[in-house]
Amino acid sequence: MLLSETTTTGFLELVPWIVFFPAIGLLLNIIFGRRWGELGVAITAVSASALSLAVSVLQFITLRAGHGEALTYQFAEWLRIGSFQIPWEFRVDTLSVTMMLVVSGVGTLIHLYAVGYMHFDVRYKGDPKAYARFFIYMNLFIAMMMILVSGNSYLMLFVGWEGVGLCSFLLIGFWFTKNPNGTEGTENSYAAKKAFIANRVGDFGFLMAMFLTFWHFGTLSFSEIFPEVAHYSGPDSLIWWITGLMLLGVTGKSAQIPLYVWLPDAMAGPTPVSALIHAATMVTAGVYLIARSAPVFNAVEGAHLMVALVGAATALFAATIAVGQFDIKKVLAYSTVSQLGFMVAAVGMGAYVAGMFHLVTHAFFKALLFLASGSVILAVERGHHPLEETGDAPTGGAHGHDSHHDDHSEIFDPQDMRNMGGLRKKIPWTFWTYMAGTLALAGIVPFAGFWSKDEILLDASHFELTSVVYWLLVIAAAFTAFYMGRQVWMVFFGEPRHHAAKEAKESPWTILVPLVILALLATFGGFMNWPFEQGLEPHAFGHWLGYTLEASTGHELHIPEFSFSVAIQSTLIAVAAIVLSWFIYGRKPMKAGETDPLQKALGPVFKGMNAKWWVDEFYQAVFLTPYEKLAKFLSQTVDWNFWHDWFHEKGIRDNFQRLANFLANPIDLGVIDKISTLLARGAQNSGSLLSKLQTGFVRNYALAVFTGVVVILGYLILLR
Amino acid sequence: MVPIEYYVGLSAVLFTIGALGVLTRRNAIIIFMSIELMLNSANLLFIAFARMYENLGGQIFVFFVMTVAAAEVAVGLALIVAVFRTKETINIDEASTLKG
Repeated sequence: MLLSETTTTGFLELVPWIVFFPAIGLLLNIIFGRRWGELGVAITAVSASALSLAVSVLQFITLRAGHGEALTYQFAEWLRIGSFQIPWEFRVDTLSVTMMLVVSGVGTLIHLYAVGYMHFDVRYKGDPKAYARFFIYMNLFIAMMMILVSGNSYLMLFVGWEGVGLCSFLLIGFWFTKNPNGTEGTENSYAAKKAFIANRVGDFGFLMAMFLTFWHFGTLSFSEIFPEVAHYSGPDSLIWWITGLMLLGVTGKSAQIPLYVWLPDAMAGPTPVSALIHAATMVTAGVYLIARSAPVFNAVEGAHLMVALVGAATALFAATIAVGQFDIKKVLAYSTVSQLGFMVAAVGMGAYVAGMFHLVTHAFFKALLFLASGSVILAVERGHHPLEETGDAPTGGAHGHDSHHDDHSEIFDPQDMRNMGGLRKKIPWTFWTYMAGTLALAGIVPFAGFWSKDEILLDASHFELTSVVYWLLVIAAAFTAFYMGRQVWMVFFGEPRHHAAKEAKESPWTILVPLVILALLATFGGFMNWPFEQGLEPHAFGHWLGYTLEASTGHELHIPEFSFSVAIQSTLIAVAAIVLSWFIYGRKPMKAGETDPLQKALGPVFKGMNAKWWVDEFYQAVFLTPYEKLAKFLSQTVDWNFWHDWFHEKGIRDNFQRLANFLANPIDLGVIDKISTLLARGAQNSGSLLSKLQTGFVRNYALAVFTGVVVILGYLILLR
Repeated sequence: MVPIEYYVGLSAVLFTIGALGVLTRRNAIIIFMSIELMLNSANLLFIAFARMYENLGGQIFVFFVMTVAAAEVAVGLALIVAVFRTKETINIDEASTLKG
């Protein structure tokens, strides 16, 4: 496999290893995990992810050498039913390689982070043996996500889609005997169930879309569908249905309205899970799906409008909720929903490059923010009750710090921002990396988020179908800057509002190194799609994706020209929002026990934002409770009372008994018994009758002989 | 010679008397005598027809009958003696232990 020996397909034959390295890693950890201990498990898991990254980089090199031409590599035959064929085929083109690099790159950094983070977390939760299980699930996730992004047909994509849904369930409910605040309970497993079921509703839509696609096009392979769609001449309604149902799948997986409700609850999982799955990779699968299906969405005009409106509405809706949250991770969760709304709106409008660009930069800064928030939570928790230096789980009375004993009666939530404050002096590395992520998310130049978000806004301003999308996104961007500012002032500035924040400790290097790397990516990553003609290579990322998009959609990529008015407008709005947040939260920081100033100002509106606009309660009342009632009715009344009790027991069993009794007593005993008794007695009687012949009298016997002779002779002589 | 009808009649009468004796008499020896009488009536008939048809076969057959009668009497009298030894009587009405 030397470079000099590479053929035109380069390292293509190695592509299955993006799936197999993590798969082998997880198998090794299953078999040897307990024996190896934490270090062995960590080395196996991180190397598996890193090797997957290495193979992805090799695929990138291969594509560069081949000028971005798409390659397919069939690994094995899978389904073959008549003429319906789905092989396990890997697709290596610029779009899938982009996703591969993001997943394995950010994934490896998060694996490294999790090595340190989970060391503490398993001890705080009291179950050190769970360490291996965590990394098994993480590697499984990488493997499944790789299957998703590298599949060459909708069905292969769906295999990965379902697989990451499973991993999401396993990892959200990792501490399935606990509640999110650490007490014993079932809330974590409820959150995992909610994620899986909400995703299932989306999967239903995706499956229906696949069925329709197969029904009309006769195939599910990308290589065959997209050329056909490019000159599609069939009914518009079919494409409406396919794209609409696919959109339903996207709203499930990428947390858009109406199925986004699982993502905030998913924060019950450990922080690396939130970073990897619910910020950087799994939730972007929907965006990837739409970008991949670009030709299908381009076939009908209205499809663009539908998707873009859903995305933009979600972006604004979630941003408003984020403003009213007090849990540090919940703010970031709703921020993720909102940013996904940006991405979905972008690819919905047909701005695939802008959407994917934001996907990549968002992966950088949102993973950074989640990991950094994990560092903050860890710092506060270690400030609350530090573990012994040996790393053993804390026992009840073995604390060296007596001042902490009085805390065990209260339930302390280390994720509540009202317990934080002034942390920038205590955890400086975390603080500075968090600032990088915040500025990127808020869209301040020259951070990465500015370039990608600006490109989306630029494309939105040019969207012919409606300008509503542009205004929704602009307002959402304003909210974004505001809530991030609020969060930063609350967490890092002012004075600590709880002694746990006072004693917060900086995290070890395994946690800080990924933060720094991601901070660098969040700062400089935007330059991969430099929008100007001078300076760096212009639109490098756009051209890179263009290879795939032009090949699949059949027409040239339209790259909008940089507009200073849009850029300045969005920057000013973001800065104004941050300044507003400083006025409210930064100038006069909150004290311990004080209510949120915005709550005082906005009253019921803030209550709505804090209560997530009561969407979960609405779903509970409209869908879940009637469903439970129906289920209970069906099981209790229909199945148990009617079917079991009445029909089977009364109807069938009792009547059968009656029939059996009837057959047994009157018929069997009454009739058949009598007949047999009759026969017996008849035999007896005839027997005793005949025995009367046996007199014992010789003379009678002699007479009988004589009579017989007479009869026979008479017959012979007289009648013959 | 005497007409054959007289011989047949005599033979029939003898046979009937013998049969009646077997059926009605109680004494075992008398029953045996009656059986002999029946056999002899058959013998008489044989001789008579042998004379009528000038065929010696009938007379030869009489020899056979007499031999059989003798053997039978020997066995029968032995039986009567055995019964008498157990029951002290030869009244055949008393030998009804096979009554079922």
